[in-house]
Amino acid sequence: MNINATLLAQLIMFVLFVWFCMKFVWTPIVAALDERKKQIADGLADAERAKHDLELASKRSAEILREAKEKAGEIVTNGEKRASEIVEEAKNQAKVEGDRIVAGAKAEIDQEVFRAKEQLRTQVSAIALAGAGKILGREIDAKAHNDLLDKLVAEI
Amino acid sequence: MSSEMAHETGDVAHEAAHTSAEYIKHHLQNLTYGQLPDGSWGVAHSAEEAKEMGFWALNLDTFIMSLLLGAVIMFLFRRVATSIVTGAPSGLQNFCEWAIEFIDSSVRGSFSAKNNMVAPLALTVFFWVFSMNLMDLIPIDWVPLLMASLGVPFFKVVPSTDPNATFGMAIGVFVLVLYYSVKMKGFGGFVGELTMMPFQSKNKVVQLLVVPINLVLEGVNLIAKPISLALRLFGNMYAGEMIFILIALMGGAWAGFSAGGVTLFGSQILLSLGWAIFHILIVTLQAFIFMTLTVVYLDMAHQEHH
Repeated sequence: MNINATLLAQLIMFVLFVWFCMKFVWTPIVAALDERKKQIADGLADAERAKHDLELASKRSAEILREAKEKAGEIVTNGEKRASEIVEEAKNQAKVEGDRIVAGAKAEIDQEVFRAKEQLRTQVSAIALAGAGKILGREIDAKAHNDLLDKLVAEI
Repeated sequence: MSSEMAHETGDVAHEAAHTSAEYIKHHLQNLTYGQLPDGSWGVAHSAEEAKEMGFWALNLDTFIMSLLLGAVIMFLFRRVATSIVTGAPSGLQNFCEWAIEFIDSSVRGSFSAKNNMVAPLALTVFFWVFSMNLMDLIPIDWVPLLMASLGVPFFKVVPSTDPNATFGMAIGVFVLVLYYSVKMKGFGGFVGELTMMPFQSKNKVVQLLVVPINLVLEGVNLIAKPISLALRLFGNMYAGEMIFILIALMGGAWAGFSAGGVTLFGSQILLSLGWAIFHILIVTLQAFIFMTLTVVYLDMAHQEHH
């Protein structure tokens, strides 16, 4: 337990170890720890930013959705309107067409009636002529009494 | 732990030829290398021989153990420092990072100035002193017996029970304290701190009269720093070692299967176990105190007194 040169040896060792620790141990490890700290801070900042972005995006998507809904509603309304228009148009057209058909049919009927009348008249005049001829007992000269007959036919 | 302690008992029994006093002395003697009385250089074989070697002798056991322990610690830390990753740490890196952050927060807590040297210094002090103290938990007879079988007469395995080791470190700290005191406050400021406090006077004559008193008070204050630093560690570890030796001696009384012998044997096991467990606390605490005081002294050296 004597004080001797071990003291000096210990002092030198102490200095060397402290120097070594400072230069080759502390500095690199602390640098790495700081680097990690920075990475974590960056990561957190990124996460925060991403969260913010997400918020914006969801807000925007909600807006888009709302717009789309509005537009869809509008389209549906327009469609319905257009559909009722088409139906209306079709109805009108059908009516016009129907009227046209009815008118055509009427005209045809009138024509038919007229033609029938004409025929009937012709036949009646023929019958009348034949009747008259029989009554008179002689043939009527159709040529000679043509205008008489025509008058008769016009009268019927 | 108790089985290790039991082992010691057997070791002590081997040395039954020694008296208790010789046993204790043997355990407290460093392996000293120096100039022998006949003029040649070699290892002292007795305490008297070691004493006669004077200052220019080296305690080989203290030197080798502290160098070895310091080197192992620095090697471990260095290995982590070279392979450090900034991603998720694992294994030894975890431990080293914890150690660095523990030291860093302790230093931040008690050191307010800016100095990049203090934290690595604290790290070195803590782990070096801790490892030296930890050697105290090796059963006290193992290493001396191993060395004796190799022909080495003495071997104290705990460097911090050698005042040379503790004073060596304390003087290192003291030199730093002086250096930073002068650097931070200037030489005048440092001298002023030693002479103008704690007693001050507006009167020039009175001030001149109190200067010597201040110098004595502050000088003692200053010198007390390294001495208390070194002696606290040395005293604690030396006393702890001493108690281990005394406990081991109880088993030395073991001399056959008498009731008393068996009782002593059993007590040795229990006491060694108890003291070793308690010593884990002392080992850590003393290393921490040495580190904290070092940091505090350096902090004081950086502070201007008002």
